[in-house]
Amino acid sequence: MLKSESVIGNKRRRFEIVIESLIRVLGFSTIGFVVLIFLFLLRQGLPFFFEVPPVNFFGTRWYPTFGLFGTLPLILGSVLVTLTAIVIALPLGVATAVFVREIAPGWAREILKPLIEVLAGIPSVVLGFFGMNIVAPLVRTTLNVPTGLTAFTGALILAYMALPTIISVAEDALDAVPKSYRDAGLALGATKWQVIWRVVVPAARSGIVVAVMLGLGRAIGETMAVMMVTGNAARMPITPDSLFRPVRTMTATIAAEMGEVAQGSLHFHALFGIGILLFVLTFLINLAAARPIFQKRRRGGLR
Amino acid sequence: MNARFVIQRIGFVLLSFIAVVVVLPILVIVAIIVVRGIGAINWEFLTTMPHDGMKAGGILPAIVGTIVLTFGTAIAAIPVGVGGAIYLSEYARDTLFTRAIRLAIVNLAGIPSVVYGLFGLGLFVLFLHFGTSILAGSLTLAIMTLPVIISTSEEALRAVPTEYRTVIASLGGTRWQGVRYVVLPQALPGIITGIILGLLRAAGETAPILFTVSAFFLPRLPHSLFDRTMALPYHLYVISTQVPGMPQEIQYGTALVLLMLVLSMNLVATLIRGHFRRRRPW
Repeated sequence: MLKSESVIGNKRRRFEIVIESLIRVLGFSTIGFVVLIFLFLLRQGLPFFFEVPPVNFFGTRWYPTFGLFGTLPLILGSVLVTLTAIVIALPLGVATAVFVREIAPGWAREILKPLIEVLAGIPSVVLGFFGMNIVAPLVRTTLNVPTGLTAFTGALILAYMALPTIISVAEDALDAVPKSYRDAGLALGATKWQVIWRVVVPAARSGIVVAVMLGLGRAIGETMAVMMVTGNAARMPITPDSLFRPVRTMTATIAAEMGEVAQGSLHFHALFGIGILLFVLTFLINLAAARPIFQKRRRGGLR
Repeated sequence: MNARFVIQRIGFVLLSFIAVVVVLPILVIVAIIVVRGIGAINWEFLTTMPHDGMKAGGILPAIVGTIVLTFGTAIAAIPVGVGGAIYLSEYARDTLFTRAIRLAIVNLAGIPSVVYGLFGLGLFVLFLHFGTSILAGSLTLAIMTLPVIISTSEEALRAVPTEYRTVIASLGGTRWQGVRYVVLPQALPGIITGIILGLLRAAGETAPILFTVSAFFLPRLPHSLFDRTMALPYHLYVISTQVPGMPQEIQYGTALVLLMLVLSMNLVATLIRGHFRRRRPW
């Protein structure tokens, strides 16, 4: 009797160990995938750097057919479109988050939240299609520019795509501010409005920074919508009117040209080189955004 | 004294105005695509092959392709994603290594979709010789959806009260028995919601499938995992930018089908979440 019990116990224990190690492997797999992604980008991208000096890679002209692989116009294109998008999206996003969290009556929240989720779910190619057909003509006529496919159009669409991320992260940040802070402010005779901008938002500052970083990461990696509305001209966006002229981003370059290059050609490896740049860039942005995750949870965050 | 309240009044009105400015275009986008696309939708459009250089006929292969890819993604991503979530919520202690896993998840979520495409091309298409195929595309999309599935599932698992686990342990149950018979069933609605949200993203993505699976024009249904296939998002991109003289109605019709597919998945996820949140005992 006793003996058979211990046999069952052993079996169970062995099963338990097998299951646990399986789950452990699944848990660790995410690290493996990040490493794998980086390795395979390097595998196809590094050959480029062996054959072409970095000076060429960071040059100012991208004409792959003539052996000119200067990525500076593409990098600056991405930076221009992304930063403009964040400048547009940040105030709108924070204002909406404040409205939803602090001011809106219940019914308004019930309408706003699902709508913002709908926006988050719209595929980027659909937004790009909409941008091409509706927003670009509007930009062209209202700003009186030769083409509506400009950096500004891309920034508008990107701002919109970054909004759900910014709103939801900013909302969480506002939510994490203890109620006692608000009560203290009100008890001192401040209006709700004053409490929001002088107590709650400053206390949620670090969370709002995270919201911006994540929005930034999202915007710089966006591909399809940007490719469809920015006109894709690989020129240096350094003149003052660059915002209202066609521009080309790193992501759009990869997406547009990969289909046409011969596998193993220099151009092919150069596109992977841009992929490495994008990977490192978004890795750094997310690392910065994730820093609070690794800090000890502080209450509030007033410093 | 009263001026402060006047400012508050104005401020509140301004903020509600901004909120409307933010959400109104969402309705406009959906409305325009519905109004202009609805005319193209009929039985023939949904169930026949395209012809005349895609300027006529239906979009059946693109619809089937997207459904097949989404299923492939689900099969690959669900076990890994849910398993990873179980590890983080039930097994992992707060060590440096666990933090590294969390960092990896954050970074996976942040990698641009087109970089996933490059990775899929490098690993699955070229290195593993899967070729441009449904298999390569599904696996690429699966890795892309992992962070969504893991983080939402972990949240659902963590929401199950600790007492549930304590009770199982006190009855002599092992950790896995607790997970298998108590925690997992309790967290299931939340996990399913997370899975749908992840898959919805996969169904609508274009960049990761550009170089791993997509066929420009392939008017037949896929036969095997190693077939190429058309897919709705890529098809929309092709007919709106690569084919001159494309009838607008077909473009908007395709956009509408894709939008409805994604939004209905979104709706299902929201309904499941709402339904079970109201019914759970804790």
